[in-house]
Amino acid sequence: MIRLFNLTLLLFLFLITKANSLIEIDITRGNLDPLPIAVSPLFQDDNSKKNSINELKIENVGSEISFVVENNLKTSGLFNPLSKEAFLQKPDIAHLKPRFEDWALIKAQALITGKVTIENKKLKVEFRLWDILAGREMMALAFTTVPSNWRRVGHIISDKVYERLTGEKGYFDTRIIYVSEEGPKTARVKKLAIMDQDGFNTKYLTLGNELVLTPRFNPTSQMVTYLSYFKNLPRVYLLDIETGTQEVVGDFPGMTFAPRFSPDGKKIIMSFAKDGNSDIYTMDLENRVVERITNHPSIDTSPSYSPDNKYITFNSDRSGFQQIYVMKSDGSNVKRISFGNGLYGTPVWSPRGDLIAFTKLHKGKFYIGVMRTDGSGERLLTENYYQEAPSWSPNGRVLIFYRETKSNDKGEGFSAKLWSIDLTGYNERQVQTETDASDPSWSSLLSN
Amino acid sequence: MNFSKSFRNTFLVILLSLIVSACATKQTTTKVDGQMQGDVYTGTDTVKYLADGVPDRVFFATNESILTTKSRDTLRKQANWLRDNSSINVVVEGHADERGTREYNLALGERRANAAKDYLITYGISADRISVISYGKERPVDSGSNPLSWSKNRRSVTVKAN
Repeated sequence: MIRLFNLTLLLFLFLITKANSLIEIDITRGNLDPLPIAVSPLFQDDNSKKNSINELKIENVGSEISFVVENNLKTSGLFNPLSKEAFLQKPDIAHLKPRFEDWALIKAQALITGKVTIENKKLKVEFRLWDILAGREMMALAFTTVPSNWRRVGHIISDKVYERLTGEKGYFDTRIIYVSEEGPKTARVKKLAIMDQDGFNTKYLTLGNELVLTPRFNPTSQMVTYLSYFKNLPRVYLLDIETGTQEVVGDFPGMTFAPRFSPDGKKIIMSFAKDGNSDIYTMDLENRVVERITNHPSIDTSPSYSPDNKYITFNSDRSGFQQIYVMKSDGSNVKRISFGNGLYGTPVWSPRGDLIAFTKLHKGKFYIGVMRTDGSGERLLTENYYQEAPSWSPNGRVLIFYRETKSNDKGEGFSAKLWSIDLTGYNERQVQTETDASDPSWSSLLSN
Repeated sequence: MNFSKSFRNTFLVILLSLIVSACATKQTTTKVDGQMQGDVYTGTDTVKYLADGVPDRVFFATNESILTTKSRDTLRKQANWLRDNSSINVVVEGHADERGTREYNLALGERRANAAKDYLITYGISADRISVISYGKERPVDSGSNPLSWSKNRRSVTVKAN
């Protein structure tokens, strides 16, 4: 009895203090208290249900879209989607005007409602985001698209909700390109694969006839650059994932590798290895002009541009060991920035510009970490037996990387999987893939 | 004869280790266990020999591309054999172990392959008979995750190209 009283009082105080303030989420800290949100199934009338079955072989696409949204929000670690079983209001009624008391009762602070119609081979989706505590609508949007795009609609809704509540762009309407791996370690078959950020719609872009490594998205288009051992000549290639056309990048008399696009999408930066020495080169994709950026007898590799194209971070062993360096994009002003214990590799500049993510090897353990671009403020996010190759979400809040397990003396027990972790060091989770996977690269937002 | 010799060796090893463990508080860092010296693989169980008595591969220490005395010996044998078989061209494959980042390992494999190539050139083999390719850590011969397996994978392998 006393306990119940306390609870009501708490709730009452909460309502008063929060009554006029909009809900918001601070994503700069590890979020140990994710926002309770109710994602009501999007309402679909009987006629649309029939069309949905005809078009998509799915009875209730409104409900399916709500699952996409719910899963995205949950995976972000910032939201706690509440069980739909506890919902008191029907989807259609809630969408018109929610009974805020009902949703407050199940402790929801935000509510997503919506309506789906499929007519004339068009999918129309409208949704609303409600602030339960303030008792008002925060956002209302509608989209029309082809029915087969229904998962993307779910991702776009997730991005809009994320943006409205955190103040930053989302990362759900994105794709991951990666290397799919199968077979024993000594004869691994690798293929380029692409999937939605949530692991759905996997497509394989190569057949596995030749070794392929390190695919990376162009931030401004549907182009990918990667390393292929086609005809046993390891070279950097450019692939258009819409048309499937591909070409070798440049005409180098030796191995080119470690490719990445410049943030404006106009250049490819990569390493070229000759006579035991690897240096960094760029090629302009419009006029095909090749420029040498570093000229040093050490290994210079894993280059990555700053988002303003003015600087390049890269990996070099010119000090005797693998360390991270920053230079101007013309190759001048080379400065070492990693000085901690251990070896450092795979530097990648954050799309926000303020941080560089890296892989660190120290005392037999591998770490994914971040440091400021002058090397200060090193922060290790995760430690494991083997992991490397972080890639940033387009909003610079999440890193995706791959992790390998130790095998026994017979090579058994080995696996390679994709993982993601928040910049805060929280919310580490495996990203589902159909096969073993490595070398992930995150695309930009497909829609804005 | 063999038995008594190996017995004597074993006895010696045990005796030595007893002495070491008895008097030393610090362990020696260089271990010689018959298959590795330092962390360079010293076994002779190469997979594909170029020819009888001509090993096809040499092994490297972690993060290194320096040729050991034994490696140079192997490469001189390869050079002799190449001189006797002047119609044969070779590809030198450079490899790394799984304990390094993929891109750095590609560069390291290339460096190792070139270290072997340069030595063959020093011993009179024409550069245009030797091409190199780096596989980084992509083609291990031993799939274990232990120091011995890794030492077998840090290698350059000379393969007939024709």
